[in-house]
Formats: sequence, C-alpha cells, structure tokens
Amino acid sequence: MLQIKAEIIENRELLSAIYYRLSLKAEKIARVSKPGQFLHIKVNPVGPPVSHGVNQEIFPLLRRPFSIHRVKRQNVDILYRVRGKGTEILSQRKKGQYLDVIGPLGKGYKLPDKGAKIILVAGGIGVASLYFLAEKIAPPPISGGFTPLEGEDRRRGVTHFTILIGGKKAENILCRDEFERLGGEIKVSTEDGSLGRKGLVTDLLSTFNLKPSSVIYACGPMEMLKKIAEIARSHRIFCQVSLEEHMACGVGACRGCVIRVKRERYKRVCKDGPVFNSEEIIW
Amino acid sequence: MKKINLKVKLGQRIILKNPVVLESGCFGYGEEYRDLIDINRVGAIVTKTITLKPRAGNLPPRLVETAAGLLNSIGLANVGIELFLKEKLPYLKKFSTPVIVSIAGEGSEEYLKLVQILNKEKIAGIELNISCPNIKKNLVIAQDEVETFNLVKAVRKKTELPLLVKLSPNVTDITRIAKSAEKAGADILSLVNTFSAMGIDSETGSPRLGGVVGGLSGPAIKPIALRMVWQVRKATSLPIIGAGGILSCNDALEFIIAGANAVGLGTAIFVNPHAYQEIITGLKKYLFRKAIYDVNELVGSLHEN
Ligand SMILES: Cc1cc2nc3c(=O)[nH]c(=O)nc-3n(C[C@H](O)[C@H](O)[C@H](O)COP(=O)(O)OP(=O)(O)OC[C@H]3O[C@@H](n4cnc5c(N)ncnc54)[C@H](O)[C@@H]3O)c2cc1C
Ligand SMILES: Cc1cc2nc3c(=O)[nH]c(=O)nc-3n(C[C@H](O)[C@H](O)[C@H](O)COP(=O)(O)O)c2cc1C
Ligand code: FES
Repeated sequence: MLQIKAEIIENRELLSAIYYRLSLKAEKIARVSKPGQFLHIKVNPVGPPVSHGVNQEIFPLLRRPFSIHRVKRQNVDILYRVRGKGTEILSQRKKGQYLDVIGPLGKGYKLPDKGAKIILVAGGIGVASLYFLAEKIAPPPISGGFTPLEGEDRRRGVTHFTILIGGKKAENILCRDEFERLGGEIKVSTEDGSLGRKGLVTDLLSTFNLKPSSVIYACGPMEMLKKIAEIARSHRIFCQVSLEEHMACGVGACRGCVIRVKRERYKRVCKDGPVFNSEEIIW
Repeated sequence: MKKINLKVKLGQRIILKNPVVLESGCFGYGEEYRDLIDINRVGAIVTKTITLKPRAGNLPPRLVETAAGLLNSIGLANVGIELFLKEKLPYLKKFSTPVIVSIAGEGSEEYLKLVQILNKEKIAGIELNISCPNIKKNLVIAQDEVETFNLVKAVRKKTELPLLVKLSPNVTDITRIAKSAEKAGADILSLVNTFSAMGIDSETGSPRLGGVVGGLSGPAIKPIALRMVWQVRKATSLPIIGAGGILSCNDALEFIIAGANAVGLGTAIFVNPHAYQEIITGLKKYLFRKAIYDVNELVGSLHEN
C-alpha cells in the first residue's frame, strides 16, 4: 500500500461520455496489484511529486474507490462510470496532470484451482475488476512478432473462462473485445434486448449447466450479486463477489464501510473485502 | 540558521515532538496506516475509543459525504479492552510517540474499570470520550456540567496517568463544561468531537445513515470548532488539543493562534494520510518566516483589541 502522486497517461472516454478509462503511471503500485484490489483516488489534481503542493481541495472531500482494471508494465488503469460530482471531476482530468492515489487496497479474488470451470459475471461497470482477473486466469498472448492463436487452438493452451456481461442497453456492455482477445467465451444480455439475449444477466446464468466444479466470480449491482449468490448456493458452487460501500479511510481504520456478514456480524469492505465469498454475506 | 522549536508540553508529563496529534477514531489502532504514516514523526496519537466489551457498531450505512464534511455513525465499533491490550496496544508501543488511549463507558463504573485496567499499562495518558449517553439518566455526559464533573472527579481519584477530557461541541456553552472538567482534575482538554447531524435521501425518503443521526466532521465544522477553542482558551488554563476540520498547515495555525497547544487531525487522515507531514513542514516554514522560532509562542497569540 502506497500513497503516491501518479501522472495521468490517458483519461479517455469510451463509447458515450459515461464511461472512461484512466491510465496512471504508478510503477510501484503496478508491481504489487492483484485482481479485485482497488485504488483510492483524490479526484482533484495535485502538483507533480517534487512540488510541495498540498491537496487541500475540499470538494469533493473524500477519495473515491475504483477497482484496478488492468496493469500494464508501469501503468495502472481504472475503468469508471460518471455517476456524481466526483467522477465528473475525474473525467475532466487531462493527460500530464497528477492525481494523489493510494493503493493497491483490499483483498482481491482468490484465484481458481486448476481444472475449475470459470464463470465471470459482470453487471455494467463490473467488468472493470473482472478483466484484471481474466488476464491472470488466461494471460494475454504476447504481442508482436507473431499472430496469437485463434479460437479453440488458443483455448487449449490456457485456462478457459466464460464471461457473462449484462447491462441495460448495448452501450452499457463494455470490454467485449478485450475479453475476446484473452480467449474467453462471451455471452451478453441487455434489458432492452439491444444486444445479446434480452433480459438480466442472472437469467443468462440460470440457463447454464452449472456443476459443483464451476466457480463464479461476480461484480456488479447489489441486486444482481444477491441473485447470483442464490444461484451459486442452490448449485453448491463456490462464488466470490466484489462489493461496494461508501468509504472514508479505505484502509480499515474507520470502520465505516461495513457490510453485514454471518459470523462476525460486520466486515469492512475496504480491508476484509471488497471481494467476499458469497456465502458469508447476509444479503 | 536559528533552530525552530516544535516541541510542546501538554501538562507536566506529555511531551510531543511536534504539535500534530492523530485523533481518536480516524487512525484506528495505528496498524492500518502502517504503510502510509510514520508514527514516529507525529506528535501523539489517540486510539479509537475503547469500551469494556467489544462493540460491533451501528447499522450501515455509516458514512456519508456532505458539503465539505463527513457524516459518520460508526457507533464506537471497537475490539474491547481485552483484545485491545493483547493485540493492538503492543504495536503502538513500539514507537517513540506518546500513545493516548481513548475510553468510553456506559455509566461511570465502566469508565472506572477501564481506568483501573489501563493504570497497569505504559501509556502516555487516558482520554475520556464523554460524548456518550448516561443510559440511566438519559443524558449525554458531555452535555452536562455536573455529570462531567462527577465522572472526571471519579476517574481522577483512580489514576495517576495524565487525564484528557474530550469535549463535545453539542452544547450551549462549551466553556462551562471545560471549567467543570478543569475543576474536577483534568490535565488536558481535547476539542471538539463531531457535531450531531443527519442527512436524508429525498428520493427514498430515508435517512442516509443507518443510525439516523451521526456526527459531522471535516472542513465544514472548522470555523465553529475554532471559535470553541478560542472560548475555552480564555475560560481555562489547561493545555488544549484543538481539532475540527483541520486539513492544512494554515488551518493548524489558526487553531494554535486561537489557543490550541496542539492540533488534532481526524478527517484529514482520510483525505490525505500525508497531511501530518505537510503540516509539520509548513509550521517550520511559517515560524521561520515570522521569526518566531518557537511554536509555543504562537499559542493563543490572537491580536484582539
Ligand atoms: C471497492 C470499490 C470499487 C469500485 N470500483 C469501481 C470501478 O471500477 N468503476 C466505477 O465506475 N466505479 C467503481 N466503484 C464505485 C465508485 O467508487 C463510485 O461510483 C464513486 O465513488 C461515485 O462518486 P461520485 O462523486 O461520482 O458520486 P456521488 O454519488 O456524488 O458520490 C457521493 C458519495 O457516495 C459515494 N459513492 C457513490 N456511489 C458509490 C458506490 N457505488 N460505491 C461506493 N461509494 C459510492 C462516493 O464515494 C461519495 O462519498 C467502486 C466502489 C468500490 C467501493
Ligand atoms: C469516522 C470517525 C470516527 C470517529 N471516532 C471517534 C471515537 O471513537 N472517539 C472520539 O473521541 N472521537 C471520534 N471521532 C471524532 C474525531 O476524533 C474528531 O474529534 C472529529 O472528527 C473532528 O475532527 P476532524 O474534523 O479533524 O475530523 C471520529 C470521527 C470520525 C470522522
Ligand atoms: S473505509 Fe474506513 S474501514 Fe473501510
């Protein structure tokens, strides 16, 4: 865990102006990040590392948590959706500016055992952390020099995974190409039927032949995760979910970001999570 | 170059390398910030408030950001004194920085039990968090002069350790409570705790906090906290740790000039864990620029006509 001033390499709008990908130069964070972990970002710009510029911007006051989406050499990316004022301010940040970042934080996904049938389920922006996980499960082909193997050929060499991506409309379905490049099997559902199957991503999951050897990793809205937890439970499948709560410290100190769990009563999303076994949560 | 003195003494026995204190509840048990804050460099730390029994805390949601502020309803979630002594305090004792243990109880018996347990420990002091209700009498200790006096007096009799009393701002006249604490034998005053406050989600018509009413902290409360420190400075001669919305060195300077001997960082730790370092550096620069050289000379130096 480090607090650094990270240079913005890119802050690019995807599709429509609601989603952005932010690339930060943060070598020390990049080196130790694991899928499911997050960054705690002060969205107001700061001076470069050598300056004594203190971040005294009081609007917004608190940092904002974002899952680590991708790590590429010294860069760490996040993928975010503009929701309120904080993310709007973040979307206005420009290449070359610096951001005050703490990370990597939290406990990430537990990687699957060999031979497990891996199913990732993403709702909307939930693809953000699942992409990093997919990269760890099925490392991307080494670029340059040769054309990576395609389709089945490629899949034979690496761990196979299926990803279900759900959203309201076609424009809410992100990262399809990226998952494709990793050799994943991709299924899409939209509530209005503008892309893939019409309906909820949980309905899509129900159509699957789920076996106890399957593992589910899910990230998305709470109602979606709740349904997935039920499905996993009825099929006795190991399922991990990534949760969200409002945060202050992000490091486990303030006890503000708790969710209700069966044993200890409360757990901190920032420190004990954000990834939990679906079985421990009181939904 | 003349040397700058940042060292401050709070009462007879607590000596701080510099006047920056990390406030109760915002620094957890210290270990959480292991990678981000060098405890050896801060003036003192106050632990999360500890109770006799472990407390799970309030129903979530427990945090809401408001205009320049943070609303919280943590509900004194803590591991309880037994686990605290076994698992949390040993880590904090490794540093050269004074560790002040904040405690709270339901009724004075619990406070006294906690004090007796802590008397055996090598700690720099005990801070009484009196912003908790006295269940029997249905009032908050910190809101009542007599209750405050009685509790502080009872604790004073039972301990030789430096005794800090943390005042609540949710009162009509904070100086009266401050004087009660002083008369009853407090060594140091800590102020302020959070302001009683709430938020509502107009879409759902529900309170934003699980506990409905919580406490407001951060820059939003700074001018009020500053006024209270100034008032208490004039009303008592006890050393003061002033807190409430301090983020920057300039904020810290305002509190010191108003009369705080040391300044507390709460919400600032969340916003910027490095804030302590930036404030310490800023203080040195300011003192040098003003040719004051000793931070103690600045305490309560407000020019009034
Ligand atoms: C562990 C974790 C990982 C996340 N990863 C991503 C990600 O990869 N991409 C992405 O787009 N979003 C992610 N989020 C959600 C993101 O943090 C919120 O969308 C963002 O904080 C909203 O800020 P705002 O100022 O724009 O919205 P506002 O609604 O104006 O924010 C007001 C307050 O609510 C909090 N808040 C609002 N929505 C959420 C939420 N869903 N979860 C937690 N706090 C919230 C804010 O932090 C702030 O304190 C993640 C949240 C958590 C907890
Ligand atoms: C999340 C949170 C938890 C807190 N917990 C405690 C506590 O356990 N005991 C206590 O005396 N004060 C507690 N406080 C109050 C702070 O110590 C401090 O007095 C107050 O927040 C005002 O300072 P600030 O504006 O710098 O945060 C808490 C404050 C916050 C924000
Ligand atoms: S945000 Fe402070 S404990 Fe999680």
